[in-house]
Amino acid sequence: MTALSVVCRRSVKKMVATVPHEDKTAPTFRQAIHLGRVTTARYSEIQSIHEGGVPPMDTPLTLLRTWVVRQAGDQAAWFESQVDALSAIDDTQQLHRFLGLAPRRLGRADLALSLDDVVLAQAAHAGWNPRGWSLDGAARVAALIAFDAGNPERGVAFQTRFHDLVRTADARELVALYRGLALYPNPDSLDADVGEGLRSNMRAVFESIVHANPYPYAHFDTHRFNHMVLKALFVGSTLAPIVGFDERTNPELAGILLDYADERRAAGRPISPELWRGIAPFIDVLDAYPALARVLKGSPRERAAATLALRQIDSPDARRLLTSVPELADLAAVGALHWNNLHRYEAA
Amino acid sequence: MYIDPHAHMVSRTTDDYEAMAASGVVALVEPAFWVGQPRTFVGTYVDYLSSLVGWERFRAGQFGIRHYCTVGLNSKEANNEALAEGVMEWLPRFAMKEGVVAIGEIGYDEQTPLEDKYFRAQLALAVELSLPVMVHTPHRDKKRGTSRSMDVCEEMGLDPSWVVIDHNNEETVRETLDRGYYAGFSIYPSTKMGNARMVELLAQYGGERIIVDSACDWGISDCLGVAKTAHLALARGIDPEVVRQVTYANALAVYGKSGQMNEADWLDPPAVDQRTLFAGNSILRGGREPRIDAAPARRDDLIIE
Ligand SMILES: [Zn+2]
Repeated sequence: MTALSVVCRRSVKKMVATVPHEDKTAPTFRQAIHLGRVTTARYSEIQSIHEGGVPPMDTPLTLLRTWVVRQAGDQAAWFESQVDALSAIDDTQQLHRFLGLAPRRLGRADLALSLDDVVLAQAAHAGWNPRGWSLDGAARVAALIAFDAGNPERGVAFQTRFHDLVRTADARELVALYRGLALYPNPDSLDADVGEGLRSNMRAVFESIVHANPYPYAHFDTHRFNHMVLKALFVGSTLAPIVGFDERTNPELAGILLDYADERRAAGRPISPELWRGIAPFIDVLDAYPALARVLKGSPRERAAATLALRQIDSPDARRLLTSVPELADLAAVGALHWNNLHRYEAA
Repeated sequence: MYIDPHAHMVSRTTDDYEAMAASGVVALVEPAFWVGQPRTFVGTYVDYLSSLVGWERFRAGQFGIRHYCTVGLNSKEANNEALAEGVMEWLPRFAMKEGVVAIGEIGYDEQTPLEDKYFRAQLALAVELSLPVMVHTPHRDKKRGTSRSMDVCEEMGLDPSWVVIDHNNEETVRETLDRGYYAGFSIYPSTKMGNARMVELLAQYGGERIIVDSACDWGISDCLGVAKTAHLALARGIDPEVVRQVTYANALAVYGKSGQMNEADWLDPPAVDQRTLFAGNSILRGGREPRIDAAPARRDDLIIE
């Protein structure tokens, strides 16, 4: 059993009984875990192809180093020697210098990753998706991990170090630091600084924690997770990239979201159709049918979202409502419509 | 297309960002300065510097303006020795942050021994880190204070072509230019330069190494100082190439030496630049028409939505 599934059980077990139906077509995180088996197989395959070229157990650090070196051109040797030095000697000033120099020497391009790289990342740390990382950001996270790797004493002080770095970080640096959250030593100890990041008014900083980051899924309590989702909606961000979203939805969140939808409707303000994803498993409990009936008469995107939400409930009321959108229901049934491609439907 | 190389945006509202963007400002430099009230804790100063490399950059980016900054201990607060010592410990870290294009604004206020001590220490830091310097020249005893600032820069081994001597006037400009420095002029009502006087100076000196800025801050100042000066200069027959130099190219040339400021940052930004937090609405992409009179329409709008 992976660490992730332990967490998953802990947080979800309360509601398992109340989840009436699981959408088998949408590529949810449940499937991503399920996909974990495929991933393991693919991982062995990659190993055999590379024949000794890939170490048997890649850590996030070795992967990050490989990717940065591959893309660093004539700065590769500099990067390698810096990371080696940082892990050998406890020199905080050297770490600060490296973090400052990384974008200057390596440039700020996107990290170039193949599909295999993403598979390796998932194998090294469940839920980790380095797509969208930058070259300098990857180097910074690698340095930070290396600085404490294999040195338990320094690892204990990681929270202090992280707090100190966040305090003086520039905007781009903050994004890089937060993207690596799940990969650092004692990730739970970073709670307070993660809270600061979530409160940030800089949307990219907020999203560096919220999107494609396994940290909230594995480390947030229900209250913090719920408020993260609410803030995402408030600032016009998206829910689809939240790792493990469907696993972490809960009755309290669903109730708040339904109230929020009412409030927005009363004010004549638009509602993100993604909101219905958080309500979906609890439509019956909350009697959200009248609300969804209205959404089914809305924009194409709203109709698509209501369809997806209703398909997660196996109830007579849900089936009756779905008869008004047969095409969308069919698309959802064959997996052509799911929460990750909702944005392709017209919003208004 | 303008650069305002001296603008204290922490003291300004979003209306100003909107108006600056509409007037054609594509990038600005925000120097660390005295916020009007002395800071008495090192931590307050550290948080201020953090806001220059973080929050303020994001705010500017929302309006399609690229934000750069300078970090330094200003001359007034250099007189609080305990604070100054503390700030000096943190400065090297901030000097390495993204978008930090110089050490500044530093120099003299009352020309005290402590001001001198920390001015020199920061010049040494600039040399060590290969960063340009923005020098604030004193309001009182200006002519001698300006000469002295340049003497000290040279004593500390700075190349004048890496130094902007700011807040010049008719009395100081000749020496500043003759000694090889960039000469900044702050178009600031009442106390510094007016833009009609500025246009006279451009007619006399041309555009080489002259930089026009607004120095807008918490006082009565005009965040459109650069654009207004450019328009007035063109209307009064100054060569458009000279106008381009003093309202755009020269600032880019000197602060670009930091390696942290490139024309491509605003001419060719990624469409949605998530990591650098920039709205990416460049003029080249047809995002907007520069307009000097584009006051935010909300002002006259009774309805708030
Ligand atoms: Zn100033």
